[in-house]
Amino acid sequence: MSALEARQVHVRFGDRVVLEEMNFSVAPGELHGIMGPNGAGKTTFFNVLTGRVRPSRGQVLVDGKDVTGLPPHRIAALGVARSFQIMTLFDEFSALENVALARPAFRAQALHGHRAAIGDAETDAAALSVLDEVGLGSKAQVLARDLSYGERRALEIAVALAQEPRVLCLDEPTSGLGSDGIARIAEMVRRLKGRLAIVAIEHDMEFLFGLADRISVVHWGQVIARGRPDELKANPWVRRSNLGRFG
Amino acid sequence: MQTPAHAGRLITPAMVGVALVLLTVPLWIAKVGLYQYIGVEILIWAIYALGFNLLLGTAGLPSFGHGAFFGIGAYAFGLTQFHVAANLWVCLLGGILAASLAGALVAGFVARRRGIYFAFLTIAFGQVFWFIAMKARNVTGGEDGLLPIARLPADFGIVSFDLTGNTALYFFVLALFLVTVVALWRLTYSPFGRVLSAIRQSELRAAHLGYQVVLFKMLAFIASAAFAGLAGSLFAMAQGGAFPEVMALHYSGYIVMMVLVGGGLVSFWGPVIGVVVFLLARDLLGAVTLTWMLWFGLLFVAVILFKPEGIAGVFQDLRRRFSRQPAQAQPAARSTP
Repeated sequence: MSALEARQVHVRFGDRVVLEEMNFSVAPGELHGIMGPNGAGKTTFFNVLTGRVRPSRGQVLVDGKDVTGLPPHRIAALGVARSFQIMTLFDEFSALENVALARPAFRAQALHGHRAAIGDAETDAAALSVLDEVGLGSKAQVLARDLSYGERRALEIAVALAQEPRVLCLDEPTSGLGSDGIARIAEMVRRLKGRLAIVAIEHDMEFLFGLADRISVVHWGQVIARGRPDELKANPWVRRSNLGRFG
Repeated sequence: MQTPAHAGRLITPAMVGVALVLLTVPLWIAKVGLYQYIGVEILIWAIYALGFNLLLGTAGLPSFGHGAFFGIGAYAFGLTQFHVAANLWVCLLGGILAASLAGALVAGFVARRRGIYFAFLTIAFGQVFWFIAMKARNVTGGEDGLLPIARLPADFGIVSFDLTGNTALYFFVLALFLVTVVALWRLTYSPFGRVLSAIRQSELRAAHLGYQVVLFKMLAFIASAAFAGLAGSLFAMAQGGAFPEVMALHYSGYIVMMVLVGGGLVSFWGPVIGVVVFLLARDLLGAVTLTWMLWFGLLFVAVILFKPEGIAGVFQDLRRRFSRQPAQAQPAARSTP
């Protein structure tokens, strides 16, 4: 069974069709990449998968369970986490607080108003290990807004990881990074691979073709090609679409 | 508002310091040309402002109709006294409960709205409650107010304190102020309070982390209304009556001004500073000129233009400057606790 699946998803904003009959699935442990030009509907598709946009037609399933139309917090609670292309961090919180707040253990006690949230050693240790995983262990106490751009990109992923998700949706995780930064994020994602289902929207061809098990090419709100990286490289549509050069 | 150094503590050094200073106030307040009642008034408005800041500073929700809950607390305190039981604890509970219920009702309508829509809806609801207070004469006494509300004794079973004097009332209100400070400090830095702050910083991310944003906003609104109700109850007792004036739009604006001028957006204590400055300005400037509001208004404009972090923000800057200079021996304080 797919960890996350979209069936015949159709999204219309007014008279503009943004997604048309999108079919998509990612298996546990699989990394499914999504590529395509700007405005192809990739981020809208993520918004459908994570509950921000309700599809006009079609279904979204998490572990085979229909979640179409559920609000974001319900879908998040089912184990679908996402990162954002436009960084969406809690800037006044430290890196550690950002991550701690994302943990399911914290969420389970979020209505507790009678005890302190700070200094809970167990939560902090778990949150620290997530930061270690993305190389931010030494920056735990630094405010999110004081981190460098590359560190903020890493924290963006760490927050999603801290949710202990079964499906991790990464929306252009390398956006705005130089080649060193891209390499670091790629290394991070490579370590995660196999542990959970990952869906990654990405413009960087090297990143995607080096990491993905399968890639879907989205254009005009539809999947125009799908397959293993080596299959896609040979695909005349993809070659002609000038989506990028392959290394 | 960054997480301050003592966020995890129930009682912080700052609290102890503030409590000690406030305990001595009756000893010297008359000697500096002030009077006992202003102390009572300041503490009541400080309770109101601290509760208001849970909504504005922590959750980032600008309510411009909060006077309604303060007023409802005052009326409910009086009505409970007249019709239910002339017992201080029952009346306080009545005031808090009525304000919370009204808060829940309003929250149900406004919690899904953001920014200007949220602000305008709270104004509209504030006006509705003010209008009811003005027009429902047989219940509220209309413009004349609900009179006379007695200063009931604080009965602890074995001992009972008479609160009819301003000094006694001051100590009683001080006790409740300190309870409010501890409760709100704890709430602000509890998991619940952290989620509220997260929602202010990024509602989008909070939702995708699994937090039901609307529920948290509603609870914050209700809690804030409850503290306004407590403050309103005490105000009814202090004034000996409940009046519609405090529910009017400009009074709802005052609480916003107090919290912003004091620095509620960057500091837990900001609202208290704002209340002290506002009420002292009213009395001291007001003694000199009838146009004191003009001067306070100008101060407000200056703060918004040049130091949006308010007076507490100025303190934080000074503290940072002085803590950095001595050879960086200790890490700079992250925020005024």
